[in-house]
Amino acid sequence: MSTPETPHPLDESAIDHAVQQAVDAFAAAGDLEELKAARLAHTGDKAPLVLANRAIGSLDKTEKAAAGKLLGGARGKMQKALAARTQVLEVEHAERILLEETVDVTAAPRRRPLGARHPLSVLQERVSDVFIAMGWEIAEGPEVESEWFNFDALNIAPDHPSREMQDTFFVEPPEAHLVLRTHTSPVQIRSLLNRELPVYVLCPGKTFRTDELDATHTPVFHQFEGLAVDKGLTMADLKGTLEHFARQMFGPDAAIRLRPSYFPFTEPSAELDVWHAHAKGGPRWVEWGGCGMMNPAVLRAAGVDPEEYTGFAFGMGIERTLMFRNGVPDMRDMIEGDIRFSQHFGMEV
Amino acid sequence: MRIPLSWIREYTQFPASGTAEDLMAELVQVGLEEEDVHRPTDELSGPIVVGEVLEKIPEPQSNGKTINWCQVRVVPEGAAQTLTHEGIDPSGIQGVVCGAHNFEVGDKVVVTLPGAVLPGDFRIAARKTYGHVSAGMIASVRELGIGEDHDGILVLSRLGLDPEPGTDAMELLGLYDSAAEINVTPDRGYAFSLRGIAREYSHATGTPFIDPAAQISTTKDDDAARPGHEVSLTDDTPIYGVQGCSRFVTHKVTGIDPTAPTPPWMAARLRLAGMRTISIAVDVSNYVMLELGQPNHCYDAAKLDGGIEVRRAGVGEQLTTLDEKVRTLDAEDLVIADQSGPIGIAGVMGGARTEVDSTTSAVIVEAAHFDPISVSRSKRRHKLPSEASKRFERGVDPLLPPLAAQRVVDLLVQLAGGTDSREVTDAGAAALPQPIRLDPALPERLTGVAYTQEQISSTLGAIGAEVGQEGEQLLVTPPSWRPDLTIPAALVEEIARLVGYDKIPSRLPVPPAGRGLTTAQQRRRGVYAGMAAAGFTEVLSYPFYSEAANTRFGQAEDTGKPMPMLRLANPIASQHPALRTTVLPGLLEALRRNVSRGFTDVALFESGSVFHPKAQLGSPSIPELGAYPGEEVLAGLDAGIPDQPLHIAAALSGAETAELPGVPGRRRDWADAVDAAQKVADLLRVRLEVVQGQHQAFHPGRTAELRFNGARIGHAGELHPKVIEELDLPARTSVMELDLSVLIEGSPEQISAEPISTFPPTTQDVSLIVAQELPAAELEATLVEGAGELLESIELFDVYAGEHIEAGHKSLAFGLRFRAEDRTLTAEEASAARAGSVALAQQRHGAVQR
Repeated sequence: MSTPETPHPLDESAIDHAVQQAVDAFAAAGDLEELKAARLAHTGDKAPLVLANRAIGSLDKTEKAAAGKLLGGARGKMQKALAARTQVLEVEHAERILLEETVDVTAAPRRRPLGARHPLSVLQERVSDVFIAMGWEIAEGPEVESEWFNFDALNIAPDHPSREMQDTFFVEPPEAHLVLRTHTSPVQIRSLLNRELPVYVLCPGKTFRTDELDATHTPVFHQFEGLAVDKGLTMADLKGTLEHFARQMFGPDAAIRLRPSYFPFTEPSAELDVWHAHAKGGPRWVEWGGCGMMNPAVLRAAGVDPEEYTGFAFGMGIERTLMFRNGVPDMRDMIEGDIRFSQHFGMEV
Repeated sequence: MRIPLSWIREYTQFPASGTAEDLMAELVQVGLEEEDVHRPTDELSGPIVVGEVLEKIPEPQSNGKTINWCQVRVVPEGAAQTLTHEGIDPSGIQGVVCGAHNFEVGDKVVVTLPGAVLPGDFRIAARKTYGHVSAGMIASVRELGIGEDHDGILVLSRLGLDPEPGTDAMELLGLYDSAAEINVTPDRGYAFSLRGIAREYSHATGTPFIDPAAQISTTKDDDAARPGHEVSLTDDTPIYGVQGCSRFVTHKVTGIDPTAPTPPWMAARLRLAGMRTISIAVDVSNYVMLELGQPNHCYDAAKLDGGIEVRRAGVGEQLTTLDEKVRTLDAEDLVIADQSGPIGIAGVMGGARTEVDSTTSAVIVEAAHFDPISVSRSKRRHKLPSEASKRFERGVDPLLPPLAAQRVVDLLVQLAGGTDSREVTDAGAAALPQPIRLDPALPERLTGVAYTQEQISSTLGAIGAEVGQEGEQLLVTPPSWRPDLTIPAALVEEIARLVGYDKIPSRLPVPPAGRGLTTAQQRRRGVYAGMAAAGFTEVLSYPFYSEAANTRFGQAEDTGKPMPMLRLANPIASQHPALRTTVLPGLLEALRRNVSRGFTDVALFESGSVFHPKAQLGSPSIPELGAYPGEEVLAGLDAGIPDQPLHIAAALSGAETAELPGVPGRRRDWADAVDAAQKVADLLRVRLEVVQGQHQAFHPGRTAELRFNGARIGHAGELHPKVIEELDLPARTSVMELDLSVLIEGSPEQISAEPISTFPPTTQDVSLIVAQELPAAELEATLVEGAGELLESIELFDVYAGEHIEAGHKSLAFGLRFRAEDRTLTAEEASAARAGSVALAQQRHGAVQR
C-alpha cells in the first residue's frame, strides 16, 4: 500500500477523500485484527488526516479555525465509523468463540456415581414412616436375646409344638438361655416393660431361623411387628390399622382379610391376607402376616393388667413384602449383595 | 392333614360334585389353611380297565430276557368293545407284551389301553415291540402311581377282587377320589382327624355333621366285656406333676388272617391321606387314627411277655423300634413294657419285637392317652416325629381310647376274619377340660362385635361345649377334644371365627401424639442416605462367620489373646459357627461376588450389629411362663444380654470414575477409605481423629486408626496384600469400619448456629520441613493451635520429599485462611497469626520454614 499523500488542511475534497478511504477501510476489515490495522493506518501517527491536522500549525491564524473545524468534523466521522465497526466485529468475535467451544454433551462422563440403599432397608423405613404418621413410635431391641423374652414371655411354652414352629439358633452355652431372636416380638415385651401405657410401637428388625437359603427362605430376614396396648382396643382397631397400612403400601384399592389362626401370644389370632390388585399374574389374595389380640398371659408377663388393658399385635416379613410388592422373584437376590439389585432401586422402593 | 373327599362325605354334606379346592375354600374360613391338592387324575387318565388274561406265551429273547405275549380280554365275555381309540381292538381282546411273570392265565389284571396316560406323562399307544404289536400294558402298582412294588403285576384277586372284565379299574382302585391338604395349627390336635375336619366343615357351612365316634358301639349283643390284658400305670417322676399315661385301653381280637388284603377303598384313602399300605393290621390301625384322631397300636398277643406296664424307662434300657433302630432310652422316656422290657416309646413309636407279622393270629390293640409334654420330649430326644407323636403333642380326645380300640377290632373282624374276644382293659382315667368362666361382655370387648347371647351360646354349643350360667357369668365346659380351650379369650376366638372374622368392623385407633423418630434413628437414616449419595451401595450380609474371620478382621490384636466371640450351638454351616464381631468379612464376600460377576469398580457399605460376649453371659434360669418376673429378675436377664453395638463398614475397589476419552479415571485407594470414615463423622457432625495405626488385616503402612474422644473406634485403609490375595479381591482394595453406636451417641442432639463473618478473608501459605515420621494431621493440629482464633480453615496442599530436602525429612505446605468476625484483617494481623503457627510448630516438632 502506497503512502497516501497528506491532504492540505483546507482542501475539503482531499479531506473528504481521506475520510472516505478510512471509512471504506474500516468497513472492509473482516475481524478485529484487520480493524486494528485499518485503525492504525487511518488514525495512527502517519495517517494522512493526522498529518494534515499537524499541518494546521503552519497555517495563517485566519485559516486555522476553518481548517480545525474541517478536520475535526472529518475525525468525528471517522471515529463514528470505527466505533460502529468495532461493535459489530466484537459481537461476531464473541459468537465465534462460543461456537468454537461447542462440545458433545452426550459424551459427558458420570462423575462420582450415586450409590444405593438396600431396598429392604428403604422399605423398612417406609413402613416405619406410615406408623410414625399415625403417632406410633419405633422400638428396637437386641438380636441376641434371652429365651424368656423370645419365648416364655410370649406364652410359648418350652415343650409346646409352637416352640418348634420357629427353628431357633441357640447361642452357646445352652445354659445361658440365649438365642438369636426368631421374631421381633421380644421387642414388644421390652416396649411394654420400658414404656408408659398406652403403648403404640412398631418394631422392625433382623430376625433369625435355621432355614437353609433358597429362593423363598433365608436364615436371616427382617420383620416388622406392631403392638398397641390401650384401654378399649378391639380387633376392630386391629383391622382398621391394618387396612390403613395396606392402602399405604399397596394403593387405595388394597383390601385385607383376616382368617382364624393360632399364635401362642395372641387370642383370638388371625392370618392376614392382602388383596394385591397389581400382583404379577393378576389380582389375588396374598398371605402377608399374622395378627391378633394380645394373649392375657403375655400382658401379665409384661406387668400389664389384662382386666384393664387390651391390645393387638401384628407381624409381617419385610422380605416377603418386598417380594410380592416389588416383584422380586428370588430371596437370594436380596442377600448376595450384587450391586445391580440395589442400584436398580436406588434410594427408593 | 390330607382329607380324601370320599371320606369326608361320609360325615358331612360336602357335595358329590365338590372339589378339593371347594373344600379348602370352606375350611379356610374357620382357620384351616389351604396347603395343597392331591388328585391322582391330574397325572392319570383312562381308559384303564380290568382285563382277564386268556393266553400267556413266554418268548425267550436274544438278550436273555423272556417276555410274555398275552391275549387279554377287556370286555365282559361275549360283549363287544365299545371303547374307540386307535389300537383298541373292536373284538375286545388286546394283544399285549408283558415283561413281568407274576401272573397266570385266568388272572384279572389292570390293563392300560391305548389312549391312557400314566404318571410321568407316559402315554399308552399300540406299538411294535419284540415282533408283536403290543396294544396296551398290563400294569403294576408302581406304574399306576399307587405303590412302590414295581416288579409285580397287580393281580386283582390278591386284593380280594373278582370284577367283570371291562370294569373301570380307576373306579375300582379309588383313583377318581382326591384329597385336600390343609395346614393344622399347633393348638388344634383334633383337626388331625376326619372327625375333627368334618366338624369344622359343618361349622364353616352350617350343615349337619355325623360324628364317626358316635357310630361305634362298645357293647356287642349283650356280650359284656371281660377283663382284658393286665395293665399297670406307674409314674414316679411325672413332668410338671402330670402323669405320663392317664388312660390305657387294650382290646384283644383273635384269629385274624394277617395276610388278608387291604380293600382297595381303604388303600385308596390311606394313600390319599399320605400313608403307605403295609398290612391289614397296620392299615386298619392307621385308618382308625385318621378317622378319629386317636393313635393306636397293634401288638402280636403271642409275643407279649406277661402284663403290660406303662412307666418311665430305666437307666440304660434299650429298645429296637419299628424302624429297626436300637434306641437307648432316657429315664424321662415314658415306655410301654412287658415282663421282658420296653416294647414301645409311649406315643412315639412301637417296638420291633412285638410287631404284628405274617404269622400273627391274636392282636392286642392299644389305645391310650399320654401327656403331651412327655411325648414331645421323647420325640425330640429320639428325633422321631411320627403320626402318633404329632397328635399326642397337640392333645387327643381323652374319651376316645375305648372307642378307637373297638373300631380297630371291628375292622379287623370285618376285613381280616378276626373275632372280638370281648377282653377289654380300661386302666386309668384321663382328665377332661375344666369349665371356664366367661364374662358375656368379653367377646365384644375383644372383637368389637356385639354378639347376641344367642350367638354366644349357640356357637359354643356348636363346637361341642356345654354352656351353663353362674350368676352373671357363663360357665363353659369345653368338649373333650378341645384341651386347647383353657382361657376365656380362647372361647372368644371360637365365637368370632364361627360367626366369621369378616363380621368384625374396622376402626382406626388414635394413639396419643407421638415423638416421631428418635434422634438416634434419624441420625442413622442420615448416615445411610449420605453414604449412598456418596457413591456407596448398601449390602445386608449374614452375621455367621468362621472364628478365623472374626479373629482376622475384628479389633486389632493388642492383647495377644484369642478374640472373645459368641458361637452358635446349631449353626447352619459348621464352618461358620461364630457370630460376627466385625462387618468386614461379609462385606468383602459381597465385594468378591461382584468382582466375579464382572464389576470391579465397586463401593459397598453395610451397617449392622456385631456381637461381643460379656462377663455375665445369659442367665442360668429363666422365669416362669406368663407371669411378671419382677424388676430384679428382669434386670438379671438384661445383664446377661451380650453387647451388640451397631457398626458401619465400607469397602472400595477399582476406579471411582472410569477412564474416558480425554478424562482421566481415578483409582480408589486407602485415602478413599479414610474419607468414607470421615464422611460418616461429618454426617453426624462429630470429629473423628485419624492417627497412624496397625491392624493385622491391613497394609502395615497404610492403616489409619480412627478415634473418637480419644478412644479407638475403628480402622480405615488399604487391606494387606496377603489378605487381598487370599480372598481373591482386586489389588489395593481398601476398607473402613467403625463403631457407629459410639458416634451416634456422641453426635450433638441439637446444633447451635455460628456467626458468619461478612468481612473478607486473608490467605497465607506456609511450607514446613519436618521429620518424615511426623503425621500431617499432627502438624496441622499444631498449626491450628498456634494460629489462634483468627484462623478460619487450613488445608494441606503439598507433600514433598527429595531434592533440596534433607534425607528423612519432608516438606508439608498448608494454605491458611484467616478471617475476623468484626473487621477486615490487615496483612500484619494475618502474618502475626501465621507466625504464631510456625513458632509453635518449630517449638513442638522442630519444623523449619522452607
